[in-house]
Amino acid sequence: MSDKQNITRRQLIQAGSAVAATPMFFTKNAWAAESFANDPGDSATVTLGFNVPQTGAYADEGADELRAFKLAVKHLNGEGDGGLMNTMKPMSLTGNGILGKKVTYVTGDTQTKSDAARASAKRMIEKDGVIMFSGGSSSGVAIAVQGLAQELGVLFMAGLTHSNDTTGKDKRRYGFRHFFNAKMSGSALGPVLKEEMGTERKAYHLTADYTWGWTQEQSIQETTEGLGWTTTAKVRTPVGAGDFSQFITPVLNSGADTLILNHYGKDMINSLTQAVQFGLRDKQVNGKNFEIIVPLYSRLMAQGAGKNLEGILGTANWDWQLKDEGSIAFVKSFGSEYGFPPSMAAQTCYVQTLLYANACENAGTFYPPKVIKQLEGFKFDGMGNGPTEYRAEDHQCFKDVLVVRGKKNPQSSYDLLDIVKEVPRADVEYDASIFGGELGPYIV
Amino acid sequence: MDSILIQLLNGLDKGGAYALIALGLTLVFGTLGVVNFAHGALFLIGAFCAVTFQKILTFSKKVLDPNITFFDAYIEQPYLELWFGETGLAIIDYAVPLSIIVTIPTMMLIGLAMERGLIRHFYKRTHAEQILVTFGLAIVLQEIIRHFFGANPIPTPAPDIVSGSAAIGTWIGLGENFVYPWWRLIYLASATVIISSVFAFLHLTTFGMVVRAGMFDRQMVAFLGINVQRKFTIIFGLAAVVAGVAGAMYAPILPPDYHMGMDFLVISFVIVVVGGMGSLRGAVAAGFLLGILQSLASMTVVSSLLPGIDQIIIYLVAVVILLTRPRGLMGRKGVMEN
Repeated sequence: MSDKQNITRRQLIQAGSAVAATPMFFTKNAWAAESFANDPGDSATVTLGFNVPQTGAYADEGADELRAFKLAVKHLNGEGDGGLMNTMKPMSLTGNGILGKKVTYVTGDTQTKSDAARASAKRMIEKDGVIMFSGGSSSGVAIAVQGLAQELGVLFMAGLTHSNDTTGKDKRRYGFRHFFNAKMSGSALGPVLKEEMGTERKAYHLTADYTWGWTQEQSIQETTEGLGWTTTAKVRTPVGAGDFSQFITPVLNSGADTLILNHYGKDMINSLTQAVQFGLRDKQVNGKNFEIIVPLYSRLMAQGAGKNLEGILGTANWDWQLKDEGSIAFVKSFGSEYGFPPSMAAQTCYVQTLLYANACENAGTFYPPKVIKQLEGFKFDGMGNGPTEYRAEDHQCFKDVLVVRGKKNPQSSYDLLDIVKEVPRADVEYDASIFGGELGPYIV
Repeated sequence: MDSILIQLLNGLDKGGAYALIALGLTLVFGTLGVVNFAHGALFLIGAFCAVTFQKILTFSKKVLDPNITFFDAYIEQPYLELWFGETGLAIIDYAVPLSIIVTIPTMMLIGLAMERGLIRHFYKRTHAEQILVTFGLAIVLQEIIRHFFGANPIPTPAPDIVSGSAAIGTWIGLGENFVYPWWRLIYLASATVIISSVFAFLHLTTFGMVVRAGMFDRQMVAFLGINVQRKFTIIFGLAAVVAGVAGAMYAPILPPDYHMGMDFLVISFVIVVVGGMGSLRGAVAAGFLLGILQSLASMTVVSSLLPGIDQIIIYLVAVVILLTRPRGLMGRKGVMEN
């Protein structure tokens, strides 16, 4: 008892503080709640990383993404005509960099390979000190680097990635996707397919054998079977197969009257070209004209496919021919800078960069958990595709989706697509829980 | 039945391309003893001869598009069309067949330059060193192509008159599903003609006789006062022409991109090994055989039983051949057996 009586008030407070603080020693980053990877601190600049395919099959798409990123940086730093900073609403950007820091950037080459992309992103984060990185033209790559983003606590604003998995089973708290996905492509295409091709068709799928192909096949199958179509066969093809004739010839005798090409980039160009060569588009099966559908395609792919794409239906995230205020501003800005219109990959990368910068301004910090909270549920307009929302539950952007058709008799190398329908956002929304997955923690 | 016939035809067609590349590889190996990993790049350059020729024919006058006002956009109209109307368009339509005329001398020159400028310095080096240097050359050449033409495939269509399919099934009473693209049939016929011409050249001319003798015993032919080296240099040029013409004619089948040479090279090397290193007949036979096997393996009934078999069948056959007959199907005893 006497011992207890000898404890002074000062000692009691010290001991109590020590006890109260003890568990905090074992909590990562507990003492510095806003200590985070690559904090720019007092630096006058902040660095962004643009990780795009500069070599390999998607190099042309990567080059266009890089052009868009550079334009975005220019606009963030108050140079040029400001682009979408003139039309984005609501917007906190001032043309004075991000939070008053001038924006610089580093670039990396994903080679459209997950391991190369991950190594490049790691170098950007650990060596170049990027505060955010973006880019990519493949879902395999996006999913791989998104995982890295979560591990290292640096935000990844995905570029072109269309697999449901990116914001589905593989979603991450540190990953955000502005681009649409295969599920949304299916929802947008369904009514148009019903109107143009009816409800009694037999579909044959040729599918790129990786995450994007699988999810697109599943989404389109759900859509077409929902219309009353039957699925004759689903054949997986290796990525980069080159000659698809061995996969196309079985279609001739399959009884199918519709070929769905779940291919992208070079694969789509080759498989479509060869399907046309084998006379599929001239065939009559089950009393109907044989049809080919390419659920996802872009202007850059259309350039490669040439006249084979004429009349073929598909979907796109965005097209330079849209007439909304934001699209016109972006095409004008990009066209003045480079002399040709941007691709949809370029548009999504540009928008992602501005969205990140705007979220930092809104948060008043680069601290990722606070920036993430600004992006989650963020509603905006004036960036093309109408009113858009970053859904908090899965970090998927919801906006209008385009159904497009290969143009007949194009007059220039970029006037290749006709917009058939602008499908309203409400028609492509779905329950975030259907694909499962966990976003993970804010603090890593 | 007709599905098997289509796949057989497809295999022959695919095998034609394999055989043409493998033939050139074998010629070079048999004469110069060089393992030329840049041979796929010669196929690539041939394809891009067709692309370049098409680009030249479609060189266009650019007129400002009045419909786009917010940046300078252009409508393109080929000069040939402006100058010659329908005749100009017809010439453009025949870009690929016409490109063969320029591909032949171009490839001969490239082949001679490659052999004189680089390959000859590696005659006495090991095969590993030859592979390293020629593989490096292939990468340099493909990156040059990418620099000038981009990474996306470039559509290089066949003339409209042969852009459709031949109704073979209807002709022979097997139903309308048995169709095959005209250009692929032309490719198969051309491959047969080229291969036959090469064999005829080697077997029916004095030049060919000397080359064959040199392939068998180079030293003995040299002792007879014949400049074998010069003849072998010409053979290298001939191999380049064969690969180049094969590439140019393949352009309408597979829109060329900078990587297509590598895609074909690996398979062609396997074919050379299966056929027997240095055996011209072996290369051709193995090319057609493996093309057919690959095609048949991708039939739905086969791939449903053995998923992915179409992707490995060529390598599987190569393993079996190397285990049971290391010199290949028609290889000479003692050549590359160890």
